[in-house]
Amino acid sequence: MDMKVIEETVFRLLADASTGVPPDVKEALTEAYKAADNDMVKMNLKAILQNIDIAMGERRPLCQDTGVHIFFVRGNIKLLDSISDFEETIKNALERATKEVPLRPNAVHPITRKNPGNNIGVGLPHINYIPTDDPWLEITVFPKGAGSENMSFMAMLTPSQGLKGIKNFVLDCVIKSGGKPCPPTIIGIGIGGTSDIAMHIAKESLLRPIGDRHPEKDMAKLEEELLNAINELGIGPMGMGGSPTTLDVHVEYAYCHTASLPIAVNTQCWTGRKATARIRESGEVEYIKPERRR
Amino acid sequence: MEYRLKTPLSEEDVRKLHVGDVVYLDGIVYTGRDEVHIHALEGLKEGKKPPVDFAGSVLFHCGPIMRKNEEGNWEVVAAGPTTSSRMNSLEPEFIEKFHVRAIIGKGGMSQPTVEAMRKHGAVYLSLTGGAAALAARGLKTVKGVEWLEFGMPEAIWIIVAENFGPLLVGIDSHGRSIYSDVGKSVEEKAKIVRKKLGI
Repeated sequence: MDMKVIEETVFRLLADASTGVPPDVKEALTEAYKAADNDMVKMNLKAILQNIDIAMGERRPLCQDTGVHIFFVRGNIKLLDSISDFEETIKNALERATKEVPLRPNAVHPITRKNPGNNIGVGLPHINYIPTDDPWLEITVFPKGAGSENMSFMAMLTPSQGLKGIKNFVLDCVIKSGGKPCPPTIIGIGIGGTSDIAMHIAKESLLRPIGDRHPEKDMAKLEEELLNAINELGIGPMGMGGSPTTLDVHVEYAYCHTASLPIAVNTQCWTGRKATARIRESGEVEYIKPERRR
Repeated sequence: MEYRLKTPLSEEDVRKLHVGDVVYLDGIVYTGRDEVHIHALEGLKEGKKPPVDFAGSVLFHCGPIMRKNEEGNWEVVAAGPTTSSRMNSLEPEFIEKFHVRAIIGKGGMSQPTVEAMRKHGAVYLSLTGGAAALAARGLKTVKGVEWLEFGMPEAIWIIVAENFGPLLVGIDSHGRSIYSDVGKSVEEKAKIVRKKLGI
């Protein structure tokens, strides 16, 4: 695969993800604005919608916190001649985007807090590979801001705590988060696996479009039940009361050890920022826009 | 009520504000978040003054994206509020020692800050989180920057605001906080929600 095509595509994905919201998110926010029943909710959602228009119109970052950069690479990895060249190409695109979009240099050393200024350091950007037999490579850029990422929670429940324990934990997390993760949020929930798997699938669930329900009936029901419950709490946009608190709840699960019940919550802010492109061997690039599901 | 205020702010300016009021600002606004709080307060212990005078000031919890234009001057690209609660442990002392009159942020602050605002006469103004392109429209020029060695997000940016808002009064100087009001009501609603979920 031509590394030039990959670099250009990743650069555009970084710019798209930082300067706009996916169509499903914009639709959900517009619906929320129309349904707003108090002045403070209306004011915050109006600012959000105006901001989206300005940012998309001027190709200017939506939020000053352009996040740290997580990538999901799904598809036929064999289309890449060299993984190290590929990762170098992603870093080049990120360095360029940091200068040209521009993105805020967010990546720092965890202890010294030294900032290299290019969003690149040990472990960042983080690239997840999901190999498949598809005839393409799908790259998703998932910038994660700290306001929402700081509202991440995980617990090792006991099996006896069961579904009740899961619901209780999720409610506690959302209440504790309050206005901090920039509600209306999107909540990703990972159930089962091991501690790391639970958080990983919670985060991965945030890639699903708004309104998308889990293919298994019980999980879909849990998503809806939690979405309604959270929105009844009245935390509201920016934690200033009212509704909605959350645009959607996505649940993923994995089998776990018979003696454990891991649970993780990963929060996304109202921007729901992400951008995806599919690259074929021929070099043809298709940008994929998620649609609101009903 | 809606107010248009000019910085620096007096105690009288902020005492007249109440939770739910809307404010638009003109004049100088300083950005400052984690590192500014830490270093200004640490410096004070050694008798060092911070590089700007915060008395009567508006402190914006913000780590902006700035860019140097062709003339070599800084300009604001995107500048929305950061999560204020990270500064919870340092803010009461910061307000007391530096006489800040208004803090702009998102998500609210905890009770000790509400108390410091009541005691010393300061308010918390909420700006919609994530709306950084919109906010940049009210932040006209960058007058200067201090402590840039802490990195772009953590520096003190000296910005001239013009009709900057709408800012919602989230905590006033009379001991009221919309965040604690909402928090209490959420706790009550949570009881009903938990019952419904059978937990």
